[in-house]
Amino acid sequence: MTRFILGRLVKSVFILLAILILNFFLIHAAPGDPAAVMAGEAGAADEKFLADLRTKFGLDQPLYVQLWIYLKGAVQLDLGFSFRQQMPVADLIWDRLPATLLLTGAAFVLSLVMGVIAGVAASARQGTWGDTVISTLALLFYATPLFWVALMAVVVFSVWLGWLPGFGFETIGAGYTGFARALDIGKHLILPATTLGLFFMAIYTRMTRASMLEVSRLDFVKTARAKGLSRGVIQRRHVLRNALLPVITLAGLQAGQVFGGAVLTETVFAWPGIGRLMFEAINQRDYNVILGVFFVSAAMVLLFNLITDVIYVFVDPRIRLTE
Amino acid sequence: MRRQVRNLMAALAVTIALPAMAQEPQSGGTLNVVIQPEPPGLMIGLLQNAPTQMVAGDIYESLLRYDTDLNPHPGLAKEWSISEDGLTYTFKLHEGVKFHDGEEFTSEDVKFSIDVFLRETHPRLRTSLEHLESIETPDPYTVVFKLKNPFGPFLGLFEPGTAPMIPKHVYEGTDFASNPANNTPIGTGPFKFDEWEKGSYIHLVKNEDYYLEGKPYLDDIYYHVIPDAASRSVAYETGRVDVLPGGSIENFDVPRIKEMENTCITDKGWELFGPLAWMWVNHDNPPLDDLKVRQAIMHAVDREFSRDALWNGLGKVATGPVSSSTRFYSDATPDISYDPEKAKALLEESSYNGETIRLLGLPYGETWQRWAEAVKQNLAEIGMDVEIVASDVAGWNQKVSDRDYDLAFTYLYQYGDPALGVARNYFSDNAEKGSPWNNVANYQNPEIDEMFEEAALMVSPEDREKAYAEIQDIIVSDAPNIWLLELGFPTISRCNIHDPVTTAIGVNDSFRDTWIEQ
Repeated sequence: MTRFILGRLVKSVFILLAILILNFFLIHAAPGDPAAVMAGEAGAADEKFLADLRTKFGLDQPLYVQLWIYLKGAVQLDLGFSFRQQMPVADLIWDRLPATLLLTGAAFVLSLVMGVIAGVAASARQGTWGDTVISTLALLFYATPLFWVALMAVVVFSVWLGWLPGFGFETIGAGYTGFARALDIGKHLILPATTLGLFFMAIYTRMTRASMLEVSRLDFVKTARAKGLSRGVIQRRHVLRNALLPVITLAGLQAGQVFGGAVLTETVFAWPGIGRLMFEAINQRDYNVILGVFFVSAAMVLLFNLITDVIYVFVDPRIRLTE
Repeated sequence: MRRQVRNLMAALAVTIALPAMAQEPQSGGTLNVVIQPEPPGLMIGLLQNAPTQMVAGDIYESLLRYDTDLNPHPGLAKEWSISEDGLTYTFKLHEGVKFHDGEEFTSEDVKFSIDVFLRETHPRLRTSLEHLESIETPDPYTVVFKLKNPFGPFLGLFEPGTAPMIPKHVYEGTDFASNPANNTPIGTGPFKFDEWEKGSYIHLVKNEDYYLEGKPYLDDIYYHVIPDAASRSVAYETGRVDVLPGGSIENFDVPRIKEMENTCITDKGWELFGPLAWMWVNHDNPPLDDLKVRQAIMHAVDREFSRDALWNGLGKVATGPVSSSTRFYSDATPDISYDPEKAKALLEESSYNGETIRLLGLPYGETWQRWAEAVKQNLAEIGMDVEIVASDVAGWNQKVSDRDYDLAFTYLYQYGDPALGVARNYFSDNAEKGSPWNNVANYQNPEIDEMFEEAALMVSPEDREKAYAEIQDIIVSDAPNIWLLELGFPTISRCNIHDPVTTAIGVNDSFRDTWIEQ
């Protein structure tokens, strides 16, 4: 096991480097550069101003020199400097990462727990109206675009009902501390986390349901039933445990997708996370920040894939990890 | 001999553009304002983008303020005079003005700001400073500007976005761009920087030592960073913010928000900027070098429709290259109004042979996209084939700078004077590639070059008025660009917030006169 993990970590370093180089060229292929964007926002600039900015950003260097400088920093975990935000990229990401982890973590747990419960409930009542309701809702959430769900959630729960804050991380200027602050952040978390979680919740529901039904037709379940075990025990110990494997595979994928969906959710809900940081950095061609966020998110994907592989072993002892 | 040309109203110095003040202002309260996008920084001497100007306008001040008719009023300078030959400007500063770190503001800071700091960092001011010979500081409260030649718009340069006063004791001898003080901006303004939670909010607090007794009225200001336009209107609807500065919500949301209880709307506060929207026309690409083609486009575009349908009736139909709020605006120019029949006839006579015209939209949200579609429709009606090119902001900058377009939407500020914000777009030798704000169209007219140069250097406003009227007449006849609208960006706020906008730069000025009725 240790050997497996170490081997994967070594491989990951090379994959990360490859991703960085690829991203570097992709970003530089887009038209416009940060100097032009900053000058654009100022609404006026002369040649000297633009040239000064480009020199400061190092954009006057040949591309391979820029790449070399970046990679040299990156292997020492120095992600460079954001000239636009006047801060080291690592600090920027570090400041924003907790908000994103809180949001995506909450969405992940919510979707996984609710999805599996709903899937189990639907499979237990196969063919009844309860099954139909759950399956239909799952299909609906699966098919509805995220941004629309987000906007509707805001309109209903924030504007009409006034129950939940429609955006932001906490109540600005309220000065809450300790538990009151946690509660306040929690309230702000509900809408974005639900929005972000709905799609995967739907997938987990459908997958758990299908997988449960499939497993419950297998011989060992029949055997268990013949032994006279109670329905609940069969469902929990025999069916669910075996039905969870595909769900775990998918959960690993979702965990890796931390930043993908978060870009949109964080923008709509003004959540001060890393997804928004990336989106804004792309618009502003803030190269170092974009590369930094890609670097961190790629590392996350690799890490979650590894964790998923390890979890398999615990859920299903038949699986062995080999190099 | 010196003549006191303008020694303005010491008595009126305290308030500008005196609002209908039936009530005594009340002190106290927090103002919640939307900001978008998040500014890259707050050091206004280094950064010139719109959100920076909005927040930094509370922290930094300049020598003058301007009412909505662009008349100068006292700012950090309490009075000023201009010599008869138009070459010497003498400013008397307020005494006892302190920077936020407690150091006194003196004439040395003025000299340092203009002559050293901004000359190095501020491209727009740098151009105007070419007319400046020297700055003298005979005593701590007197500043004398000596010009090389008369420069008409000189008195219009002293708003905080153009000539902010920078503390000499903090910046002298340092690398301006990397000075750590940039993260904790220090100005003389009515509000002090307190905290910036990146991605969430910027917090400013009252400057207790402000030089005007009793001001500011507000305790503090929160600028809320909300990236999504729909969420910004929700922020107002749910009471989280009280002020929506111009352009913060999508135009189609304005009518709904306007109808809300306790909601006031104004399109004042843009007079100095005079944002004028037009389409660049690429004169390098035939058949757009043909005057008849350009005139045909000019008459084919229905400006009133776009104002009413896309901009909620706010703003004005443009009549030429100068906004009506800008000094020396003339309306005695050739008619460019909507006339599809005339447009068809002109196109018929022209060299247009059914080529596809590439129209570059402005990537600033829905309204601009719809506008490009409306223009495409207008041009289709006279038989022109138009293809809309989409891009993001960075791509737009690049395309316009490289002149890779046929028609391109834009809007630019005029800064109150044709010499500051208009001439740059029509000067022949200002047509080099590489910047989206110079003569991007590559319009070449030596006569206009000469006239613009002369008009900027005239001493008497009457002479300038005449010169600019002639210039406008000629430019409109040449139809180098397709002028569209003088944009009206409404500032929306709760009615119990008094005087959010008092000067010609609107919310970009400080909220020093703003108060909340409890």
